[in-house]
Formats: sequence, C-alpha cells, structure tokens
Amino acid sequence: MSSVTADHIAPAGTGHADHGHHHVPTGWRRWLFATNHKDIGTMYLIFSFVMLLEGGALALLLRLELFSPGLQFFQPELFNQFTTMHGLIMIFGAIMPAFVGFANWMIPLQIGASDMAFARMNNFSFWLLPVGGILLTASFFVPGGANAAGWTMYAPLSLQMGPGMDFAIFAVHILGASSIMGAINIVVTILNMRAPGMTLMKMPMFCWTWLITAYLLIAVMPVLAAAVTMLLTDRHFGTHFFNAAGGGDPVLYQHVFWFFGHPEVYIMILPAFGIVSQIVPAFARKKLFGYASMVYATAAIAILSFLVWAHHMFTTGMPTTGQLYFMYATMLISIPTGVKVFNWVATMWRGSMTFETPMLFAIGFIFVFTIGGFTGLIVAVAPVDIQLHDTYYVIAHFHYVLVAGSLFALFAGAYYWLPKWTGRMYNEKLGKLHFWSTMLSFNLTFFPMHWLGLAGMPRRYADYAAQFTDFHQVATIGAIWFGFSQLIFLYVAINAWRGKGEPAPANPWEGAEGLEWTVPSPAPFHTFETPPTVK
Amino acid sequence: QVQDMPGGPRVRQLNMPEGVTQIAQDIAWLHWMVMIVCAVIFVGVFGVMFYSILMHRKSRGAVPAKFHEHVGVEVAWTVIPFIIVIAMALPATRTVVEMKDTSNAGLTVKATGYQWRWGYEYVDGPAQGVKFMSSLSTPRAQIDGTEPRSPTYLMEVDNPLVVPVNTKVRVVLTANDVIHSWMVPDFGVKQDAIPHFLRDAWFRAEKVGTYRGQCAELCGKDHAFMPIVVDVLSQEDYAEWSKEQQRLLAEAADDPGKEWSKDELIARGEKVYATYCVACHQANGKGLPGTFPALDGDEKYVLAPMKDQILTVLNGHPGTAMAAWRDILNDVEIGAVITYTRHAWSNQGKGADPIVQPSDVQALR
Amino acid sequence: MSASRSDQGKEAPYYYVPADSAHPVRASASALLTLLGAALWLNGSQTGHWMFLVGIFCFLFVIYRWFSDAIRESEQGLNSRRVDHSYRWAMGWFIFSEVMFFAAFFGALWYARSVTTPWLGDFDHQRLLWPGFTGTWPNFGPGGAIAPFETMGPLWLPTINTALLLTSGLTLTLSHHAVRAAQRGKAIFWLAVTVILGFTFVACQAYEYFHAYADLNLRFDSGIYGALFYMLTGFHGFHVILGASILTVILFRMIRGHFTADNHFGFEGAAWYWHFVDVVWLGLYFFVYWF
Ligand code: HEA
Ligand code: HEA
Ligand code: CUA
Ligand SMILES: [Cu+2]
Repeated sequence: MSSVTADHIAPAGTGHADHGHHHVPTGWRRWLFATNHKDIGTMYLIFSFVMLLEGGALALLLRLELFSPGLQFFQPELFNQFTTMHGLIMIFGAIMPAFVGFANWMIPLQIGASDMAFARMNNFSFWLLPVGGILLTASFFVPGGANAAGWTMYAPLSLQMGPGMDFAIFAVHILGASSIMGAINIVVTILNMRAPGMTLMKMPMFCWTWLITAYLLIAVMPVLAAAVTMLLTDRHFGTHFFNAAGGGDPVLYQHVFWFFGHPEVYIMILPAFGIVSQIVPAFARKKLFGYASMVYATAAIAILSFLVWAHHMFTTGMPTTGQLYFMYATMLISIPTGVKVFNWVATMWRGSMTFETPMLFAIGFIFVFTIGGFTGLIVAVAPVDIQLHDTYYVIAHFHYVLVAGSLFALFAGAYYWLPKWTGRMYNEKLGKLHFWSTMLSFNLTFFPMHWLGLAGMPRRYADYAAQFTDFHQVATIGAIWFGFSQLIFLYVAINAWRGKGEPAPANPWEGAEGLEWTVPSPAPFHTFETPPTVK
Repeated sequence: QVQDMPGGPRVRQLNMPEGVTQIAQDIAWLHWMVMIVCAVIFVGVFGVMFYSILMHRKSRGAVPAKFHEHVGVEVAWTVIPFIIVIAMALPATRTVVEMKDTSNAGLTVKATGYQWRWGYEYVDGPAQGVKFMSSLSTPRAQIDGTEPRSPTYLMEVDNPLVVPVNTKVRVVLTANDVIHSWMVPDFGVKQDAIPHFLRDAWFRAEKVGTYRGQCAELCGKDHAFMPIVVDVLSQEDYAEWSKEQQRLLAEAADDPGKEWSKDELIARGEKVYATYCVACHQANGKGLPGTFPALDGDEKYVLAPMKDQILTVLNGHPGTAMAAWRDILNDVEIGAVITYTRHAWSNQGKGADPIVQPSDVQALR
Repeated sequence: MSASRSDQGKEAPYYYVPADSAHPVRASASALLTLLGAALWLNGSQTGHWMFLVGIFCFLFVIYRWFSDAIRESEQGLNSRRVDHSYRWAMGWFIFSEVMFFAAFFGALWYARSVTTPWLGDFDHQRLLWPGFTGTWPNFGPGGAIAPFETMGPLWLPTINTALLLTSGLTLTLSHHAVRAAQRGKAIFWLAVTVILGFTFVACQAYEYFHAYADLNLRFDSGIYGALFYMLTGFHGFHVILGASILTVILFRMIRGHFTADNHFGFEGAAWYWHFVDVVWLGLYFFVYWF
C-alpha cells in the first residue's frame, strides 16, 4: 500500500512523464475504479485472504463433524456441501487469486514496467472475482443448498444437484474468464514491457514461473469452461453428453475435467516455486543455483502437465496401455521437480544464511512440499493408486503440496514483500511464531491422514468406521490449531498496513536483489514511468 | 474400547492391509519399495540441506561462495532420478498387467451400484441366477450415537456377497444412477462402477473369511453408507450356500396375479419403503426440501390417480435422484410400496386409487 | 486500438496507462446480475428471467462505452508502438484460448465416436446391458429414449457455407491489402463484402437449424450426436456473429477514417479473429459434416 506521503518522493529510476493522471485517486473510487497495479494487487490479496478464511471455516466445520464417528452436527448432504465448497473456494477463491495478486504487485516492479499492460482489464479481472465469490457463497442459501458433488463436479452426480450447482457452474465460468484475462495481461506485460536490458534470461524467477503459469491458464481454463458448459446443457437442455442411454459417457466428463485439472495443480504451484526461488538466494546471500535449468525445469513441468491427466482416473477402468502410459508420464514429472529441489539446496550450500520469517517459510516449503511430491509419486504408481485412490492418502498428498506448498510459499512471499508493500517491517517475533505454529499444526493435521488413507478411510465421508477415530481426532485438533494460527498473520499484516512497526528501507534484506528493491518502501503509487535500464 | 474389525481396518492401522490376494500383496510390496526409495532420497537431500543450514549460517561467520551453476551435477541429478524412476516403473508394470487380466475367471458376478446399496447377481456357477441387494445393516441409532457402536460399525450389510476361496472371481460392475466404486482393500480391488457401462475387476481370495470395504466414489448423501462385505467360503460351503439360495429363489417368487389385501400390501410396502425409499423421502415422508420431494400430502403423485406414480417408480425421474426401480423391485413390491405411501402419515388413503395391486403395476410395466 | 500517431504533433507517452475507470466494476456488476438471473431463470424463476435480460443489456452497454473510450484514446494518439504491440500479443493469446475452448469440444467428439460408442457396443455390453446396440456412429443411443433423427450431411448447405466463409477470408485479405496500400474506398468495399458474407453465413446456418429441427428431427436432445452437433456448430455460429459484429464496427471506423496504412491494429485484430473462426469452421466441416 503506498501511503500518500511517499508518493511525492521521486525515487531513483522512476522518472516521470506528465500526462495528467499523476494524482492518487482517493476514497472508494481509488479501489472500485482502480487501474493501478499495486492497488489491484492489494485488492486481490485481501480478497484471497477473505476466501481463505471462508474456505478454512468450512474446513473447520467438516473437521468438527469428523472429530468422532457418527453424525454429530451435520447431515451428510450438508457435509458434502462443506467439502465441495471448501475445495472450490480454496482453489478458485484463495490460492489462485493470491498468486495473481502477487503477480500484479511484483511483476511490473521486477521487470521495470510502469504498470500492467492492460490496466482497466486488470481491474475487470479483479472485480469478476467477487462476482464468483458471491455466486459460490450465495449457493448455500438456495433450495437444496450448495453444490455437493465434490469440487470435481463429476457427472452424473452433479446432474442431480439443485440450483446450487448452476451457481457453481456460473461461478466457474466467471472465475475462469477472470483468470484468462489476468493471464493474458501477465503474458503481455512480461513479453512486451520489460525495461531495456531486461532480457528474458535475466528476469527474476518469479516472472518466469508466472509467464509459464499464465500460458497454462490460457490453455486450460477454456477447457474447464467447456466441461461445465456441457454439465449445464445436460442439466437443463436435454443433451446427453454424460448419459449412456443417449450414447454419452460420464467418463468423458472426467477426461475433459482433468485435462484442465492436472495443469491446474501446477498453476497453483509454479508461482510458489518462483517465490521460493527469489527468497532462498536472498537469505543465503548467494545467487540462485542453476538459473537456466530452473527455467527449463519449469517449462518441462508445464509441458508434461498436459500429458498426465488420467492419473486421476486409474480406477475408472482404462485399458492397460492407458494405465501404463499415464503412470510413466506422471512419474516423469518428478524429474524436473527434483531439479528444482536440488537447485534450492545447492543455492543454500555454502551460502551465508539467516533465518528471517520469509526464509523459514521457504525452507518449510521445500521440506514439506517434497513430502507431498513423494506421496504424489507413490500414487502415480498405478497399482498403488488402486488402493489409495479416493482415500485420505490423496487428501494428505494434496494438502502437503497445496497447503505446505502453495500456501506456505504465499506466506513466505507475503513476509518477504510486506515491507515493500506497506513501508513497515513486520513483527519478526510474531512472524516466527506464526511459522512454527503453522508448521507444527500443519503436520499434526495432515500427517495422520496418510495412515488413515493407507488403512482404507475413503474421502468425502461424513461418517466412518470407529477404528479410524484416533487419527481423525488428532487431525481435527491440528486443524483448529492451524486455523487459529493464521490469525497471527492477519494481525501482523494489519499492523504493518496501519503503519505500525519500524519504517522499512528501500531494501530491508541484505541479500535481496532485483529492481523492486531500488524503489522506496512503500513502493510509490507510480513507479518506472520511464523504464530503468538494466545492465 | 474400539477393537480391530475382522476383515476391515485395525485400530490405528499404519499401513496397507497385508491382503489375502496375490495382487494385494504385490501392491503392498510396491508401496514399500517406492516409499523406501523416496525415504532414502529424502534423507539424502535434506541431510545436505540441514547440514548446510547448520554450518553455512551467517551467525557462524559463513561467507557466501560464488558458484551458481555446474553442468556436471545438473546433468547427474537429472539422469539419476530418471533411472530411479524407470527402475520403479518396471515392477509396477507387471502388476498393472496382471490386475487388468480378467480372463479365465472361475466365477462371474455382476455388481450394480445404486444410491445407496449394492446389488449382486451371479452370472454363472452353481448360484447362477441368484440375485439380491446388499444394504448397510448398521441401525440408525448407532449412527446417531444413541446406541453403542458395533465393532463392524458402517461396514456390515444384510446380505454379503458370497464367493468360494481360491477361485478367480470376476466382478462385472455397473451402476444405475451415479458413479460408485467397489473397493475391498484386502483384495487389492477398487473399480468404479460407471452408470450404464460395464467395467470389470477380479480377485482370487486365498483365505476363508469375511472382508470389508466401502463405496469409494462420491455418490451423493449416503456415500458413506453403502459398504461392501464379501464372505469367502470354502468350496464345499459355497456349494452348500448356492443350493440353499436356489431353493429360496424358487420359493420366494411372488405371484403378481394374486389379489392382495390392503393390509398385506401396506405391511409389505412398509418394509420396502424402509429399505429403499427412506434414505431420500425420509421416515416421516417429508423428504428434504430442495432435493428430495415430500410424499406426505403430495397432491401431484401420491394423492392423485395411480398411473403417474406407478410410472415414476418404474422409470424414475430423469435429471433428479429419483431412480428407475423397474429392475430392482418386482410388481408386488412396487404395488405394495405405492399402497403404503398412499396410507402412511397424513395421506390415510384419502386420495384417488388408495390401493394399487401388483397387476396394476404389471399392466404399466 | 491502433498504434501511436503524432499527427497532433504530440509524442505518445511511453506507455499509456488509463486513469481510473468505472467500466470494469460496472461490467462486473452487470455480469453478476446476468449470471444470478440466468441461474434463477434456469430453475424456473420469472424474476431471474428479467434479471438476466437487464444484466445482459447493462453489460453490452458498459462494453460499448468501454470500447468507445479505448478507441478514443487510440485516436488521440495516446497509444505508442509498444501499446500497439501489447494489443497484438493479447489478441493472439485470446484467440489461442478460444482455440482451446473449441479443442475441448472436438476432443469430446473424438472421444464419443472412437471410445464411447464402440465400448457401449462391445460383446460384454451387448450381453449384459444393451442387447441390440451395435456401436456405430452416429447412433440413437442404446437407451431407446432418443427419437430417431437423420444426420446433417455436408451437401449442400454446409458446403455453401464453407464457400461463403472461405470467400469472406479472401475478401478480408483484399481489404487488408487495400488498407496497407492506403486505398480507402477499396478497403471499405471489400470489408463490406466480408461483413455481408459473414451475415449470409449466419442466415444459412439459421436456415440449416430450422431444417434440422423441422425435417430431420435432429435436435439438441438427439443423443450424443445432436448434443455435439449443436454444441460445436452453435458455438461456432455464435463466434461468427461476434466476428461479423466486430468487423461491422471496424467497417464504421474505417468509414470514419480511423485507420492508416501503417496503423490499423483494430482492423488486423478483427481479421485474425475472423480467420480463426474460418479455421474452426473447416474443422467442423470435416469432422462434423463429412466424417
Ligand atoms: C499444488 C498442487 C499439486 C502438486 C504440485 C502435485 C504434484 C504431483 N501430484 Fe498431485 N494432486 C493434487 C495437487 C498437486 N499434486 C490434487 C489437488 C490432487 C487431488 C485432486 C482431487 O482428486 O480432488 C492430486 C492428486 C494426485 C493424483 C491422483 C490420486 C488419486 O486421486 O488417486 C496423482 C496420481 O498420480 C498425483 C500425482 C502427483 C505427482 C506425481 C506430482 C509431482 O508433481 C510431484 C513431484 C515432486 C517430487 C517427486 C518431489 C521432489 C523430487 C525429488 C526430490 C527428486 C527425486 C525424486 C525421485 C527420483 C523419486 N496427484
Ligand atoms: C489450496 C487449497 C486448500 C487449502 C488451503 C486447504 C486447507 C485445509 N483443508 Fe482442504 N481441501 C482442498 C483444498 C485445500 N484445503 C481440496 C481441493 C479438497 C477436496 C475437496 C473435494 O473433495 O471435493 C479438500 C478437502 C479437504 C478435506 C477432505 C474432506 C472430505 O473428503 O470430506 C479435509 C479434511 O480434513 C480438508 C481439511 C483442510 C484443513 C483442515 C485445511 C486448513 O489448512 C484450513 C485452515 C483454516 C483456516 C486458514 C481458516 C481460519 C479460520 C478461522 C480461524 C476461523 C475464524 C473464521 C472466520 C473469521 C470466518 N480439506
Ligand atoms: Cu456409492 Cu459412494
Ligand atoms: Cu494430477
């Protein structure tokens, strides 16, 4: 957030060209009508945090029900709504917009651009999110309640749902449109607006990972739109896409969905890789090891991600050759991902490390994400997946990569750039407390889920055999602890935003490099109106 | 105190079941193998990282080195994982090929997923033609917690699937409404049942006993309440069981031509309702607003002339959860349950056609 | 949408960033109204119907204002070369996203024909589920619930439509050459021809649908064949309408003298879009009508 006072300081490298919009808009207009990438980025971040709370509250509700066997608080139909909407809101409302928020804030600063390429469309991308959020949230209150067919919305179950399903379908359409516009904006900004001398291979890793992520988005969001459009016509216009009686096929939906769905999970992790690749070198005070191979590995992950989708469908009864192909292709992804992990470790090797909160979260990310990656590899082995598919093992796998992956990286990035955004140093003690509390409670919540899954506990169950009780109780306790730990972050961020804490210098981190650290903290409303030159 | 469930999960079970089929054992082995490889890599990678974190910290006066790439190691850590991955994929390939080979089965059963129960039908063997529904037998009171829970809570059924030991059993799966998934961890089997498509899976149980699993694909509200129980019998016991079933089959054939009395129909209908209808339309006939319509006081079907209601029960209501029951219930059962709904709750037989005879159903079938 | 000019003697800014604008948030509010209305309407609410109509109207109106602003900025010479490049990249990747949208339906078509249909007709399915279903394409589905229909062959209407679209691609290129040669009259003429051809295509397509419903009993609910047929041709038709409308706007801009020989991205973007619609049609012509 740029404060008004700092706006008049003309920082080094931020020359200006006068064309009549140099003022900072005030009041509600500033936010509603924003064309400034920093303001829009801030709105993205706030929105996604609100959604994190909403999705998290749903998770806590469902964890509460799972505290003991039997039906305590919620009937299964409501429980299924919680599960479904938890997944949808976390993915489309919390994680994806949060990364776009980071992109908005940081990409123009990192490449020396004055703003995003299409400032108005940028605002449109943002304001479509509340539309999706309202549709999703409102669907709880229509007759029959919200979509309860899982975030995957498999036909024909989703064809049985009430009006809440139509709300979800339209929400997906609108959030997809927002993502596509956002992605196009990012691609164009990166390709077209880099400062002179900022060649592609000099770009910060975060920009690279976002460039590739944006391509994934442009390629797969339309496919998701097609999938849910077919659901819509099957529901209301008598088509038979997913109905065998008319010659259709429910499994067709799964193919289309996962052709989107698998790249989607990398959409949620590649920018996280980017953030970590910025932070590790900064706090190791050493250049990122293997920059070029990082870029190639990111691209390789993205390309492979289009070729592996049916590993979510091993139990649908594919032909043998299909199972084998998808198993092999999936296992290959561990190689470029491994390259990334090795590069991070090599960056730390013989560095000069300090462990401020961003670094803690980054190291936590590498450590715990890798566990999630390994369990991914385990379920990629088709016969093993036959046992583990649709059990809590899968839940454990993807929370390890999504929470300890994407979410941890988001926290790492937030602490790293908070001084740049607010002009204040966050409270380091509280930051560290947040990290340790989050790390411990995370593992307490999700590690036992591996055991549950191995023992055969199916997912999306409102009630379970009493033998599973102990681990479910541990998980629920962990989840509540985890949830309330996030309030520490909320407190820290609000404090910094309200201008409490030490003023931050332009570059508060000894080892941080990049154009974003050449402008003052907080970053002025307008930066790089004439581009800096990068040697 | 909760005890281990025979043929089901153990208390605080930490790993896959050992299993009673070769495939399940192969899977457990594969899982161990991949997990150990991953664990070794994990310890290696993070050993290095934590060593670095410990030794190369600024507070110990570490000075950053200048290197930032090295073609040799970068190639090595691309190629070596590649080889490791191939080594892991090879044994897995063998297991995939074995799992998919459903030929030469000694017995074929067809399993059909319904919301929310399984139906079994013996396609060949001594029990050929036998078919029955297999529904959760845990009483509602246990679910609500007003009664102590049995050790097989939620993983017990009224009629288990019965198969002989040491026989390759091919399960042909389909579903009637939405996708379900037939899973029995001890057999290493999990196969989705796709509505109106066929899929198959097989197992050869090597030990007599009872084995349990649950529906593994989200199928709506009672997804958690449609378990799978398989009784594996010795060959002799299986032959015995088949004979008994064939005898019962001959006995139980209902005669739809017979004229039933009102009380007979209501009594029979109440049972049918409790087994098949109650999950959606509820014991009080009020349904669940928005998803499952009420039958109590319903003017459109239940208190109207019988034709529409018979057709709805027979053919279902496309686009909703109302299934077609024509293949599941016979004419007597459908006539009885419709008559029951027309008399239950506040309906009290006050609409048109209070009594629906099996012959009425037969006429519209 | 066109590139920088210095005809007012003024240098374009390095990169023009528009001042705060009410369009996006208004467009979003209209979208909310539209979709909320649509969701309610689909579930039988009359209010929903009106919400939907009002929402759509507002949305179109906001978009109209928004694009007017963008065009005005371009005409005021605010857009530098670099902005022009941005528009090019953006248009290109937008079209790519559209390609992926159609690819999903083409993929569905392929899957339904080559995987689902033979699977439903294989030995096991015949024996246990669908006696008598042979798994040929096209089919009425094994369930027996689809009223028989005839399929839409490639002759003659679709072939005429192909000719129309191909010709329109050609006339559009002629117009483009004329723009580049600064022959405004010629450019307007060929562009007008293109627009007319485009709308003729739409009319033919409408007639084809009418024919399909009235004579062939081929309907949206005619099993998987009908669903795919209408989904693919319908979305294509919608894109033709969109493309032809954009070209119409471009035509009017051209008449007002908006484009110069080396600054006419608005024209080119629309042309790219039109060619994309053309290519999709060729895919349809082959995979839906012929094979
Ligand atoms: C951020 C999100 C994210 C990420 C990054 C991943 C990463 C991976 N995922 Fe995951 N996955 C999900 C999110 C994610 N996944 C979600 C949400 C689902 C469930 C969806 C649903 O059903 O609702 C899912 C489900 C899922 C399944 C289906 C399970 C099932 O439903 O039965 C499979 C199966 O193959 C799978 C595999 C993998 C693999 C192989 C990777 C790989 O990319 C991991 C690669 C990383 C490593 C392997 C670790 C580091 C590597 C090294 C240190 C190198 C050395 C290693 C070796 C040589 C072994 N995932
Ligand atoms: C990135 C995505 C993401 C994130 C961050 C999370 C976060 C969490 N998830 Fe999950 N989850 C998914 C994505 C994610 N999840 C997906 C995709 C599914 C699959 C859905 C499906 O099957 O369709 C799933 C499913 C899923 C299940 C399985 C449900 C089932 O199968 O029935 C469970 C069970 O424990 C679970 C738990 C949790 C918990 C405890 C957290 C915690 O990390 C949450 C922590 C809580 C907070 C951060 C909120 C803090 C709130 C408060 C402190 C309360 C105060 C409240 C207010 C002020 C409003 N998630
Ligand atoms: Cu049947 Cu889940
Ligand atoms: Cu995947």
